[in-house]
Order: sequence, then C-alpha cells, then structure tokens
Amino acid sequence: MSVVVNQSPVERLTAHFEQELPSLYGDAALRREAIATLRENGIPDRKWEDYKYSNPVALFKQPHVAQARVGLEIKAEAVALMVLQPGAALAVVVNGELRHDLSKLDRLPSGVRVKSIADAVVSDPVAREHYNVVNGLSTDPFVLWNTALNKGGVFIHVDKNVRSEVGIHVLHISTNEVAALSHPRNLFVIERDAQIEIVESFETLGPVKTFTNALTEVVVHQNAIVDHYRMQLEGLVGHQMNTVNAVTQKGSNYRTYTFTLDGAWVRNNLNIRFSESHAEAHLFGLTMLNGQRVADHHTVVDHAIPNCMSNELYKGVLDDKSLGVFNGKIFVRRDAQKTNAYQTNRNILLSDDAQINTKPQLEIYADDVKCSHGTSTGRMDEDALFYLRARGIGETAARKLLVRAFAEEVVTNVPNDAIRAYVENRLDHFFN
Amino acid sequence: MISIKNLQASVEGKEILRGLNLEVKPGEVHAIMGPNGSGKSTLASVLAGREDYEVTGGEVTFNGKDLLDLSPEDRAREGLFLAFQYPIEIPGVSNINFLKTAINEIREYKGMDPIEPKEFLALVKEKQKLVELDGKLANRSVNEGFSGGEKKRNEIFQMAMLEPKLCILDETDSGLDIDALRIVANGVNQLRSADRSFIVVTHYQRLLDYIVPDFVHVLYQGKIVKSGPKELALELEEKGYDWIKAETPVAL
Repeated sequence: MSVVVNQSPVERLTAHFEQELPSLYGDAALRREAIATLRENGIPDRKWEDYKYSNPVALFKQPHVAQARVGLEIKAEAVALMVLQPGAALAVVVNGELRHDLSKLDRLPSGVRVKSIADAVVSDPVAREHYNVVNGLSTDPFVLWNTALNKGGVFIHVDKNVRSEVGIHVLHISTNEVAALSHPRNLFVIERDAQIEIVESFETLGPVKTFTNALTEVVVHQNAIVDHYRMQLEGLVGHQMNTVNAVTQKGSNYRTYTFTLDGAWVRNNLNIRFSESHAEAHLFGLTMLNGQRVADHHTVVDHAIPNCMSNELYKGVLDDKSLGVFNGKIFVRRDAQKTNAYQTNRNILLSDDAQINTKPQLEIYADDVKCSHGTSTGRMDEDALFYLRARGIGETAARKLLVRAFAEEVVTNVPNDAIRAYVENRLDHFFN
Repeated sequence: MISIKNLQASVEGKEILRGLNLEVKPGEVHAIMGPNGSGKSTLASVLAGREDYEVTGGEVTFNGKDLLDLSPEDRAREGLFLAFQYPIEIPGVSNINFLKTAINEIREYKGMDPIEPKEFLALVKEKQKLVELDGKLANRSVNEGFSGGEKKRNEIFQMAMLEPKLCILDETDSGLDIDALRIVANGVNQLRSADRSFIVVTHYQRLLDYIVPDFVHVLYQGKIVKSGPKELALELEEKGYDWIKAETPVAL
C-alpha cells in the first residue's frame, strides 16, 4: 500500500481502514461503527487517565500501521520450541490468523471446538451470538481498533457438561519482514458445567518491531470452570496490548493467570463482570521486568450482582530502568450485597531506576460486603540477604532465592505443573 | 582459630569497637560479657561481615586468612557461623531448601560435589533431634511464624547442619524461657569438640551455667577490660558491671 506522509495518525488509520475493509470478514457495519467511534474519541495519549503511565500514542503513529501479511514461512521446529505443554491441543495464530497447518487440534475431545473466528462468525451460530457482545459499549481505543481491523483469531467453544482433560494452548506469534502489526481476536464460550484450561502465549519471531493488539471475549456460563493463562513472552521488539473482557454466570469460576515475563511494552486490560450470583473470579499476576521494559496492568472486577467472590494477587519484580503500573479497580454496586472482594499488589524494586506506579481503586456502594486491598513496594530485604549470605549462600544465589520466594505466593496458585515449572525456570534465569 | 588484634569499628560514624584483642584456640569456649552498649553485638556482626559496620582499624586472622577481606558468604564457607540474636523470617523459602542451598554452596567452595538427597535428609533427621526441633518446622518457611524459642533452636539446628569451625552465639539466651534455654544449651554442648571453638556473647551469666566457658571476657566501651576463668562470670552476676566501670578509665 502507499503511505501518504503528513497525514495525522487518525487520518492514516482511516485511509488504511478503507483500503482493508473489502478484504475483511464479517459485519462491515460493525467495523465502520468502531472506526467512527475511534475517530471521534481520538487516539489515547498521556492526558488520558487510563493511559497516563504507559503512553501508547507512538503505537498509533508508527508507519507499521499497515497490518502484517500472513503466509510467512514458519518452520514447525520453530513452533516446537514455543510449545509450553506437550500434552495440550495446539492452536497457532500467526499475525492474528489461525494457521491450521501449524496447529495440532486433533487431540481435542469431542465437545471442544477450536476454529478460526473469521470462519466461525460466518458459519457458527454460537460465535455469531456472542461476537462483540461482551465488549458491549466499550469505547476503549484498542477494543475499537481491533473490532475495526481484526483479520481473525480463535473461537473456542466447549459444550455443556464437557470437562476437558486436554487443555488448549493458543500460541500467538507476531512476525514479519518489516514491522508487524496484528489484531488477534478471540472468543471463548464455555457452556454450563463445562471445564477447560486455555493457555495463551505470545511470542515474536525475528528482529523487527511488532505490535500485537489482542482482544479476547470470554463467556463463562453457569457452573463452568475456566483456567485462563496469558504467558507474555515477546522479546525486546514486542509491543503488546492485551484486552480480556469476560462475563461470568451463576456459580462459575473464572481463574486468570497473567505472567508478564518479557516484551518491550505490555499493556493488559483485564475486565471481569459478574452477571449472576455465586460466581468466583481469581486474578493472579506475576511481572518480571528488567532493561527498559514497560508493563502496565489495568484490571476491573465489576461486582454488579450479590454473593460473588473475587480474589486478586499481582506481584511485580522490577530491575534496571523498567517501569511497572498496576491499577486495580473493583466496583461493588449498590445491589451487590454479600460480596467478597480482595486485592493485593506487591512489588520489589531491585534497582534505583526501576519505577512502579500502583493504584488500587475500590468503589463500594453496597453496605454488607467484605472487601480489602493492600499494596506494598519495597526493596529486597537487606537483612534477609545478609542472613542467607551468613550461611554461605553467595550474593547472586541469595538474591535469586529471595526473588523466587517473593514470586512463590503467585506461583503456588498455578494448578498447571508445566506452566509452574516454566515460570520457575524463568525466575531462576532472571538474573543471568 | 581466630586472632583479633586492635579491632576498631564504627557504625554510622559512631565508634563502637576501640581496639579489641582476642585470641581463640581450637576447642575453646570464650564468653564475652558486658553491659548494654559495650559493643558485644557489634563484635559479632563485624566478624560475620555485616556491611552496616565499618572496620576502621586492626586485623582479624581466621585460620590463617584475613577475615576482614572475605565476603560474608566466604566467611561462612571458611567455617564461621553466627547464631543471630534476631533470626530473620524469610517467607517463601523453606528451611530445607535454604539449608540444602547453603550446604551445597559451601561444598562447592570446597570443591566437593553436591550432597546426595538421601544423605541430606538423614543429616536433617539426625540434627533436628539435637535441639528437639519438630520435623514440621524444618519444612516451613525460614523462621516464619516461629516462636522466639523455635527461632533460636533453628539457629542451633543450622549450626549443627553446617558444621562450622567457629560458632559465634549472639545473645542466644535472650528471650528464652528456662526450658528453651536448656534445649539450646544442650544442643550447643553436643556440638563442642576439640577442633570447634565458640564465642558466646551474653549479657547474663545464666547461659553460662549451661554452656560452661573456658574463658570469660568483659567488654566495656569497645575494649576487653577484664579476662578471667569461668568464675569471673559468677562474680559479675553477683556484683553487676558497676565495679568494672569504676575500674576502667573513661575512654574518649
């Protein structure tokens, strides 16, 4: 495509949209509406409260606003190196499009389907019913951008009463010859009394700068149990916006694990809404940053309904000149009596130049609730370090042990052995 | 074993040790007594290598090596052990993992292979008995939620596991009831041997009823002002420290 210079980012985005639209799947009217709202609201910069610390404006201004092409040659051996769990079904998404040739979906039990969302939105009534519904009236610019321009992603559907022993690993790879922009779009619909484990991992291949604007809608029906992992492993060229919008129904349990272990710039918007009572949500997060990496976690738990429980534990280890953000919103609406909502965010800064901005934000309008939040940021405990060294443990090993201990509170909550082992291994190599 | 000559140290610019001399031979037990603020804990911390303390003069030779030149971990690997007055709680690090890491780092320093898991477990089991430490405590996080007595017993347990050459006990008796004191002292006594030395830092004579020293030194204003046989401790108990203070010219 031709790039006209001197266009504003919004104009360039619109021109690009018009050019792409004829080739995009699904409902064109929905896409037009999204781009119109995006134009109207503008592109977020530091003046936007929600994007104050991890300024994303540069992402919109990059010439790589053109989307990455698919069909790049990716070797199966390269994919094999990124497999986190040998026993799981594998869905490989390259630059936002499901690649059946690289995926291994024959392991799935009956009642569990993984499809290209571009196909499903056209042919699958469940996908049609739920697509862009959880997003609701979201005016978040990245949600709109994804809705306007996404070329695909995965649709996962688990039938009622199916408790799958086999998990699904969705491997997202961003790659291109020049710069790569992609908008993976996922929809997970878990029917009543079903159970599934979904591990999403995000990787980059090659040296070029990438921007992945992923958006996942999750619908957890009555009494269903979902373990949703996000393993953010993109290298120093990787920039990632990752939005998860989830709605959970009566008696369900939605557990999220967000491991931000690499990537130049990572922003997570995790939004969970209880739509019916007696549901649980667990939000675990572990962030390990060094160099000049940036990770910004925004979470929203919306207790709109009585008798639900949410538990959030995010921890961060920041070294060098890295920047971390944690903003945890919990809404307990007027009718949401008997709510239990807990939130903890703890961070350690390993260097003078590392920075963390943490902001718990609880808005409670009901009176019969149990809510708590706690946040702390500190350095590595020098007394503990000396204690370990005084027993013969070298300084580096002692630091490792203490970081591992700090992370343990999160890691211990991970039910998946392979993921837990993977994270522990990454922790041990954090200092190398 | 250890030879301390004219040791001077300060913390935050304040001079605490003002020319301390002490010679400890293999197998000997030396008690360091003295009033509050005399520098007893500073001595223990300086020998272990705590970085808050600045050594401003003197020398310390430990088994022929310049101790002050070694990092805290190398001092431990060379066989120096400090039983802390206030053992640190380390949530998330299990006692067992901690000890195994320590033992293997010490073994690596000595050019030995890592300890066999079976051998390690047998060692844990054996040494736990020494201080009547519950097996469950060994599996918990280091000192986390331990009572005062359990923490001190854990120090002696670690000492037994690491088999040091020189053990420094920093006010190990503080905060212990008589039963815990007896258990801790009993553990220490079982570790006494012809080639292992002890420096027992204490404010009270009470501990020395159980751990009987070969020598007693009185530390006052950063110097050893009086040394004697074990009976000196009894004399101090009886008379208090005032007579020592009266005998010592004010240092300034």
